[in-house]
This record gives sequence, structure tokens and C-alpha cells, in this order.
Amino acid sequence: MTHIKVVKRNVIDNGCDTACGECQTSCQSACKTSCTVGNQSCERKDVKVLNPQKKQK
Amino acid sequence: MVHTFGLADRLFALDTESGSFFEIDAVVKALLDGDDMSPFSSCEISEARAEIDALKSDGILYSKPLEAKLPPYTPIIKAMCLNVSHNCNFACEYCFADGGTYNDERRNMSFDTAKAAIDMLIECSGKRRNLEVDFFGGEPMLDFDVVKQTVYYARSKEKEFGKNFRFTITTNAYKLTDDDIAFFNEQMHNVVISIDGRKCVHDGVRKTLGGQDTHETVLKNALRFKQLRKGQYYVRGTFTRKNLDFCSDVLYLNDMGFDQISIEPVVLDEKHPLAIRDEDIPAIKAEYEKLALEYIERRKTEKWFNFFHFMVDSDHAPCAAKRLKGCGAGGEYVAVSPDGSVYPCHQFDGIEKVKLGTVFDRKLREEVRQSFYNCSVPTKSDCESCWAKYYCSGGCMANSYKFMGTIDIPYKPACELMKKRVECSLVVKAIEDAENCN
Repeated sequence: MTHIKVVKRNVIDNGCDTACGECQTSCQSACKTSCTVGNQSCERKDVKVLNPQKKQK
Repeated sequence: MVHTFGLADRLFALDTESGSFFEIDAVVKALLDGDDMSPFSSCEISEARAEIDALKSDGILYSKPLEAKLPPYTPIIKAMCLNVSHNCNFACEYCFADGGTYNDERRNMSFDTAKAAIDMLIECSGKRRNLEVDFFGGEPMLDFDVVKQTVYYARSKEKEFGKNFRFTITTNAYKLTDDDIAFFNEQMHNVVISIDGRKCVHDGVRKTLGGQDTHETVLKNALRFKQLRKGQYYVRGTFTRKNLDFCSDVLYLNDMGFDQISIEPVVLDEKHPLAIRDEDIPAIKAEYEKLALEYIERRKTEKWFNFFHFMVDSDHAPCAAKRLKGCGAGGEYVAVSPDGSVYPCHQFDGIEKVKLGTVFDRKLREEVRQSFYNCSVPTKSDCESCWAKYYCSGGCMANSYKFMGTIDIPYKPACELMKKRVECSLVVKAIEDAENCN
């Protein structure tokens, strides 16, 4: 492609192994007056599947 | 939904639903934005259109809406802010907690109350293993004996109940000693030191109760802390309309030797002289951009640092459920005031209308908790149509309540600044990843 460079694909995960609730509460780290999720990490990153279709295969 | 923007003389596009991120040229941006195409040749336009179509077919541009749903409400609590002290040795001009008192009399939490709070947290945490407890105030070091007793008490329960406590403390560092730091190293997962940056900025707003400057002492103690700290920490500051050039404060803190930095916009009623006004937003956005460029450069040198609001983890990203609802207030997260009252979060401390109950009777108002839990991206029309919805995930409910009178409508100035920070974060990550690959 000459006009578009793909930097990241499918970052928004709708994986099956998630919603475990073990990750950090959003404003418990350094905010206390705002809320940011994008900078948080999944607690189960070792087992998380970014693309659920890949897992099913 | 696709959002296009320019930063650092480059153009980018974010596909909201998939999170796919692209660097694009002017032809693609014009096509995506539906702009006038007359500046471009027909050859350029057809090439760019073919690339857009290919990415659409691939499902990463104009992708399908996220199918994930918020899990059903459960009464689980896994994070707790212990407002151990409604008291403070500072009188910061912008304090959202009315000088640390939360409109209460100046008082500290007793150990019995803190113990009851820990017991409630364990009881309400279900199968969750990781439990977060943040010691906050006011100034929690004014009740440090209770902090220590509470930590030891919680640790004594970990094995029995299969829990892992992660403690955080937020302090102004004014009275910090080496012994305190040793305790932090032993027990605190994270420590947040409040310092606003340059001396003129910090001393302009953060004075002792007696009106004395605090910068010199706080900086000295914070540097000592940094020297001894083993583990996670942040130096955290607030910027107001008095220092819209807050990039200089971030860089100052970095120049002083700190490498984990967070500086946030003040949260105040618009009538307050320090409050951020709508007219300040363009200047703040420009400042974030300036900071992003300097940030990228410094991170290649011995002055490498993290700016909390430019961090984005796209490799081990939060799950979709988390992205639908960032703020845990009232649901998995509650705050406890010194008298044992339970509120949805520390910013609601003292607001009777949303008081949930007490740590002693443990009969929390489930209808209030459910209304907080259900307040999420899909329930807020302003969020549903926003390109940044999966990064801020609905924003801060306390800000909404304070400024909009309801938790269901986002506070727009905060949204604007959040969106700018998300743009900066994505670009910083893209540029750094590209440089690391080369």
C-alpha cells in the first residue's frame, strides 16, 4: 500500500477469555480525578486471545 | 466509525470498533473525511480508494460494531479507597475535598473502622483474588499508624481467604521519612507522591495550613523517596489555568530525576479562578501535542520517562468488557470515609444522596450500586457516538455528577482533553514501535 500504512490491527479485543475482573480499577493508579482504560493492561495477558476467531480455529 | 487526525506533521486514522490504527496520506484523509478531492489527481484518488476498500474487506476499516456486552451486575467489590484521614496539613487552593475534610470535621479513621472495611472487602470480593486498597485523604500519613495496622491486618487474612492485596498510598510527602519509605517498599504496590512541578507553580497553590511554601521540602523528600523506592510509583501533579504551559512542569519533574509522571487537569467549578475554562482547551491541546513530541525524543535518551496519560497498551490491551465501562465507582470500587460510611468513590465522599451504607452493617444500597454499574458506554448516547469510547470507556462518573448533575452525561471539557491525550498516546506508540522495528 502506498497511501495507507497499517500500524496496528484489531486492538479492541472481544476475546472469550476476558471480563475476569482481575485487572486494576481504572483510577486507582495515578489519577483519582479522571478515568483512562486505554493505558491499562489485561491481568491475564499470558492467556488472552486477541482474536477469538483464531482461538476457535 | 473512523476518526482521522494530524499530529507531528503526519496524518493518522483510527477505526473505532476494531481499534486498528493507520498512518495515512492527505488523499486518504480527504476520502475518509468526505472532503473536496479537487487537489488530487484521479490516479491518486483511485489508488487510495482501492486501498481503503481492501482494508474494509479485511474488516479493519469501518469494521462491525463490537459485539461485547457488559457482564450482568454482581454485588462484588474488589477495590476500595480508604479515606483514612479527613484532615490535611496542606491547604491546596484547588482541593476537590475542601482542604481534605470533604466538608466533614477534621478527623481520622480508627483502626476498628479500617478493619471492618477490610472485612467487608474480603466478604464482598467473591472469587476475585486481586484486591486493591488505596490509602487516601486528606493526607493519609496523618493517620499512618492506622495505615500500617490495616496493612498488617489485611495481610494476615490473605492466605485464609486466598486473596492478594495490592496497596497504594497517595501522599503529599511533606513529612516523609526513610522509615516510611521502607514500609512503602515492603508493603505498597504503588505510591503516588503529589507535586505539581516547578516551584512557582507548586508553591502558588500547594501551601501548608499555615500558608507556608512546600515545594522545597516536598521535592527533597520526593527525591529521597525516588532514590530508595523499590517498586511502582508516580509523581502526580495537577495543572490549573495558572499553568496552561504544564508541559514545562512535566519536563521539570523529569529533569529533577523522576521517570513516572502524571499531571492532570484540575477539576473545579468553572467559577473558581483556577478552573479550566472552555477557552483554555485549545491551548491545553497544543500543550499535550508539544509534550508528546518532546516525550518521544526524551524516551530515546537517559531521560526516558513514562507520562501516565500517554501510556497505551495495545499489545496486552484491556478486554472488551473493560472498555465498555472504565470507571468502577459504586460497582467493584467503593470509598470509605473515616466514620465508616461507604460511597461510590472518593469523589462522592460526603454526598449523602449516593451514600451506599456503612462498613459496619454491610447492607449497601444495591439499587444505587446497580445504577452506577450500569452506567457505561452503551447507555450514554454521547459516548456511543464518540470515536474515543473504547479508550476512556465512559470517563469519570464523579466529574459527570459534579458538572452535569447526573452520572449519565459525560463532562464535555474532560472529553475533549481525553480525546487529545488518546490521539497523542496512539501516535507516540506508533512512532516508537516503528523506530524500534528499524
